[in-house]
Order: sequence, then structure tokens, then C-alpha cells
Amino acid sequence: MKRGLEGPSPEERPTPRGRRNKQGIRIDPEVEATYEPRRTVISALVEHEPGVLSDVSGLFSRRQFNIESLTVGPTEDEDLARITIVVEEPDPGIDQVEKQLRKLVPVISVRELEPDAMRRELALIKVNADRPAEVAAVADMYDGETVDSSPETATIEVTGARQKIEAAIDTFSQFGIREISRTGTTALARGTDQTAAPEAAQPADGANQETYTQTANDD
Amino acid sequence: MSERAAKVTPEEEQDDDQITDSAAPDAATESESTTDADAETTTEPVTSGAEAVVRALENAGVEYAFGVQGGAIMPVYDALYDSDIYHVTMAHEQGAAHAADAYGIVSGEPGVCLATSGPGATNLVTGIADADMDSDPMVALTGQVPTEFVGNDAFQETDTTGVTTPITKDNTFSSDSDRVGSDVSEAFALAREGRPGPTLVDLPKDVTKGETDREPDAPKVPDTYRVQERADPEIVDAAAERIETSNKPVMLLGGGVIKGEASEACREFAIEHEIPVITTMPGIGAFPEDHELSLEMAGMHGTGYANMAITHCDTLIGIGTRFDDRLTGGIETFAPDAEVIHVDIDPAEISKNIHADYPLVGDAETVVEQLADAVDASPEAKKWRAQCQQWKSDYSMAYEAPEDEPVQPEFVVEALDEATSDRAIVTTGVGQHQMWACQYWTYTEPRTWVSSHGLGAMGYGLPSAIGARLAADDDQEVVCIDGDGSFLMTLQGLSVAVRENLDITVAVLNNEYIGMVRQWQDAFFEGRHSASDYHWMPEFDKLAEAFGAAGFRIDDYDDVAETIEEAIAYDGPSVIDVHIDPDANVYPMVPSGGDNGQFALTEDQL
Repeated sequence: MKRGLEGPSPEERPTPRGRRNKQGIRIDPEVEATYEPRRTVISALVEHEPGVLSDVSGLFSRRQFNIESLTVGPTEDEDLARITIVVEEPDPGIDQVEKQLRKLVPVISVRELEPDAMRRELALIKVNADRPAEVAAVADMYDGETVDSSPETATIEVTGARQKIEAAIDTFSQFGIREISRTGTTALARGTDQTAAPEAAQPADGANQETYTQTANDD
Repeated sequence: MSERAAKVTPEEEQDDDQITDSAAPDAATESESTTDADAETTTEPVTSGAEAVVRALENAGVEYAFGVQGGAIMPVYDALYDSDIYHVTMAHEQGAAHAADAYGIVSGEPGVCLATSGPGATNLVTGIADADMDSDPMVALTGQVPTEFVGNDAFQETDTTGVTTPITKDNTFSSDSDRVGSDVSEAFALAREGRPGPTLVDLPKDVTKGETDREPDAPKVPDTYRVQERADPEIVDAAAERIETSNKPVMLLGGGVIKGEASEACREFAIEHEIPVITTMPGIGAFPEDHELSLEMAGMHGTGYANMAITHCDTLIGIGTRFDDRLTGGIETFAPDAEVIHVDIDPAEISKNIHADYPLVGDAETVVEQLADAVDASPEAKKWRAQCQQWKSDYSMAYEAPEDEPVQPEFVVEALDEATSDRAIVTTGVGQHQMWACQYWTYTEPRTWVSSHGLGAMGYGLPSAIGARLAADDDQEVVCIDGDGSFLMTLQGLSVAVRENLDITVAVLNNEYIGMVRQWQDAFFEGRHSASDYHWMPEFDKLAEAFGAAGFRIDDYDDVAETIEEAIAYDGPSVIDVHIDPDANVYPMVPSGGDNGQFALTEDQL
């Protein structure tokens, strides 16, 4: 079974010197550059109908996008919902996330938010209430609100940027944390800049613009 | 339309006295009768969800539907009973989906398949996934348990929209008898608009049984689905300049060229500017393979010359291709010196696998015309073309066929090609035979190559031949080149071919192996033929006869030409059991993830 076709064998053939990186981008073979992952917030305006969330989350899991959080909620228009997704991907991956999202039929518009966008999450932190005064003081420090208290526990609600929540949890840990429940990040663009407007839905705009710009990390 | 179309069932004739006369046994009048019938049936208002579903199909111009009956889909079938849509009852739902898929490939219009809930729907899944991978237009309609039982694990319940979300362009759980017709219309529009693909509508039994007088809306895609037809003119100009100044250009035509009806525009462009042309496997037929500029198919089992050209080009004009890994091999070594111009209607394909230096989002035909207008001077590529021709002779696709050896598969493929017209349609299963069918058949026309590309679904061959036959013109032969393992998976479809008297010739290249696996085991698993040896294969010629088809057998070279002629001449389904050299392997070959330019010509080179 040593049959096959005739012709110069592989080692006798010329080979180009060029190379591409894992993202299919041509690179200088000496440098071997690839894009590093960065964390960013993508906001999608979708039709408020059953199944949208599973369409979106299914898309993320089957395409193996590195997703940090995904939140969904109603908007000013009762027919529309906003999905806010925090992803950590290299630039080409972020680009793919946006394009794949746009392909879903119930998705109206998709946009990556600017680094200065407002982003908030909420955490409920249940701690031991052995030292109630100190718990109250820490809560105060993070603009938190005690939403439940019992002889043994206190539950504090904290909202804010991710870092603030992390810092609050860190500080609360001295009392002994019993349970934590956190929402993912929700976000809106600043000022008159619209987060994800139906007008911004031209799917090809993003596709034709392939210059990857490094934006500052969020929080 | 095939001769089968004339076989209007007696029931249909009785049901519709107005068309009894026109339902003559003659394909020419058949289309007229459809028109008359349409005109007539539209005057009858719909009374149920199921009738609205069928009306939506009629409005979309559906001629054939492929499916299998069952509990939850019964109301739809009941409504079909009065329709002029010809329902082809398949022997298995997988066959229904593949037949609909092939119908979509050959006709360009979405093929329709139907199945009941639960097992019916899950049996469609392979065919739906196949259509999704290959962007074939298809509409799947599945029965569902009544709404009140949904979610309770009722008899034959499956979360069909849940199961098919990852493999459909869009799917809908239809929950309202007043809306169900429009849901089907919309599924049609979505299946064919922009990048084609499969859509599915899940039809709960109470919704199809429910009363309604709502006629379905005209097929229309939702407002949120927008397709860009024309590419950004600035990028077109930049790409045109790149083409003009390149010295080693190639065009890479993918399946999108055929689906976007851009073959003619691409041919004109390539020939005017003398640019060598490579196709992907789904792009076969987009460019005539007997043309001097054609380098045929690139990729894992592409020609050596196509792979050399794609590796060494400086400008790659990829049109309607998604740069699948079977084409690119290792990304690092894929066209490493090339600036890539990528034309695709789906923005998500741009820079997904291979970075596009010139992303051109738009309809293939429109964008190629834009490019044609923008390119003023042909590239200076005389030396490059000579180089490509040199590679063509260095790595020619030839094989040895000594008389005293078992029949070589390549010889059989060439003999089939010779015995049929240029417009003959080839369908295949998946495996070695599929690759020989790519390599040794000379394709010259779009929509004559029907295969399972992205999904690689064994069993695709026979049911796709059924769908292709019904979509093909009468004078087009349909030849299914199958493998023994692949054929065994869906051969129950022969009963359908016999019942419908479909003129199909199936050539089973029988090596009593799952041949491609055997080839890989020889190359990469030290020849340990774990579960790939199929020495218990039935005699396919006799099996064909048992089904009522014509059976033939080829054992040596003397039989080949004559038997093929006889099988093709046979007016109805015929099966040739071709006993080929069991050791024959497919070359050239790029090991998966390898460098396209380093293809192996023999096993020793792997």
C-alpha cells in the first residue's frame, strides 16, 4: 500500500516564509504576536420575547466565548430588553461576539461600550452580626444598606462598580461571610450617547471596520 | 421536474375536479395545473392553523415536501391531503431532511421537511445540522405535543426549539393558531434571505388543530434581520488596487458563490483578468474545472496544484467561503504571504478564521460586479500562471489501473462522468468515495454537486439523490456516488425511490471498509483497524432488487463501461455494487492541521 500520486515530495517543494497567528492574522514570524484578552462590556438591545436569553447564552457557550457575566432586564420600551455582557477575549474574539450576536434574529442592536460607560452591579452580602456597630460602619463606608438583620446575621446591599463590590466583600469578610449573591454588570453609555439604539443596528458597519483599538480596561 | 411529478395520486385528482383534466401524465402540463390549483385553492378561506400552515407553503411556491407522518403533526398532514403540494413519504426523517436539503441546493429554493414531535423531530436533527453547516435553504416543520402538555415530558415530547437552536438560522415555537401561518411564511423568508440556512417552526397540535380564519402574511423577514447587498465602495477600491498590483493572485470560490448565483460574474472576472481559480468543496461547479485557469479544489484532499497555489499566492480573493479547517489546514501556514480580500454576505464570517485585509460584506454577485467595475488593469501574473500550470503537471491527478488488479475507484468515477452529460448531478455520502467524486469527476456547472460538506454526515447520498432528482430537470441524470458504509446508513430510502420511480443511479464504491477511517488508521493508528472493517456487507445489487430497484454488480474492468451504461439507461432507481480495490486510498492528503503546501502524495509522506 505504498501507492499514491507522483510529484516532488514535500521537502523538495518551496515553502513561503510568512506565518499567521492563531487568529489568522499575518504576522512577522520573528515576533509571533497575538492579541491578549481584555475585558469589555457589550450591550445588546433585543426583542423582549421568550427564548432570547437562551439563544444568547447558548451562543456564548457553544462558541466558547469567555464570558464573565450576563444580565438581562426590561427597558423603557416594554417590547425591548437589554442584555449586558462582560466578556474577556482578545480583540478579534470581541469582534466575533458582536457579529455573532447581531446574527440572532431577535437581536436589534449590539455595541461595545466605551471604557467610561457607567457600569454597576449589585451584591447582597450576608455576614455574622456579632459586631453590629462595625458592620453598620463598613456598610456605611460602601454606601451600603442593611436590608435584613437578625440576632445572628446582617444582610447588606451594595451597588457599584465591580471593584467597589470586590473591596466591600473583602472588608466584610472580617465578620465572617455566610452567603453572597451578586448580579452581573449592567451598564449604560454616558450622557446623550445611546447605549444600543435601533439606528445603530447596521450589522455591516462593525464588520467593515477591522481596526482593533486597544481600549482601557473597565473598572 | 421529473417524470414522477406526473404521478398525481388519484385522491388529489378527485379532490379537485377543476384540475382533473390538467393532471395529465406529462410534466409540461403539470406546472400549469399547479398554477390553476393555486388560484383555485386561495379562494377557499383557511379554517384551521394547519390549513394556514399549508397555505403558507403554497404561497411560498412549494411543490414538494419530504416527511414522515406521526401523532403530533397529523393535523398538518390532514391539511396537506387537500393541497397540490406533493408529499414524498420518506422511510426515515433523516432522509426527509437530507432530501429537502438537496432540493434546496439544486433548486435554490428552500426544501421543506416535516416530522412529528419527539423522535420525528430528533431524527431530522442530522439533516438540519447539515443544512446549517452548508448554509442550505431549508424549512423544517415539526409537530409538537399540545401546548397544555408542553414541559411535562408528555408522550413524544422533545424541546425541539431548544434542541435545534444551535443548528438553525432561526426557529419558532408557534403558540397561536392565528399566527401559525405567518410564522411559517416568515421561516421561509428567513431560510432564503441573505446567507441561506435552515429554519424550523415547531407546531403544537392544539395550535394546528385550532380554528382560525387568518390567512398567513406574505413571506417577509423580521425588521431586525438586515442584509447588506453592496460592499463599502472605499474598500472595494482598495481591494481593486490590490488585485491590479498583485503578481500572484488566486480566486477562491466557496459555496456562497453558487448560493448567491455569482458563478457567472466570477467566471467573467477570472477569465477577463486571467486569475487562477480554486474552489472549496461546496464551491465545486462555480467554475468549470476543464478551464485552463481552474486549479480545482484545495484543502485536505484538494489537488496538489490548488494547494501549492493557495500557499504561495500574494492575493487571495475569497468569495462566499468560511475558511473551514478542512480547507485551510493549519491557520499559521494558510496563504501566509497573501493579503486576503474576503467577500461574504455574513459579516460574522469576516475575520472569523482568517483575517481579512479587505473585508467586503455583501451579496456575492453584487460585490463581484462592484469589483469588476473597480478593477481597471489586469494583474501582471504571467509568470504566476505559468507556475500554476507547472504545478498542474507536477502534481497531476493520475492513478494507475492495471488490468489484473481490483477495480480502482478513480476509474469508476471517471467512467460515470463519461457516461453522463455535463449537467448531470452528483450526490455523495461521506468518506473516501466522496473525495474521489470530488477529484475525478469534472464539474462544469453550478448546482450539480450535492454533498455533505461541513457536517460530513454519512448516509447523505441516497436521500439527497431523491431530493436532487425532484429538483432537477428531466434531462439531468442524477448519480449518487456512495460508499458501502454510508449507503448502509440510509438505504431504506430505496423504498422511496422505487415507490416514486425516481431515475437515480447509485454507484456504491464498495471496499468493505469505513474506508476513510481505515485510511487514517493506516496512517495514524499503526494500521489497527478498530471497527472499520465491514466484511459483513450485504450484496447491494440483490438488496436493490429486493426493494424493487435494478441491481448491478461490477467486479472487474471489463464490466465497468457496459454496466454503468445499463444502469444509467435504466428508467428508475438502480444500484451498482462496485467492488473496488479495498486498499485504495485518497491522495493527495494534508494531515489535519497541517501545511497545505506539504500535502502527502503517498502514505510514506504522511
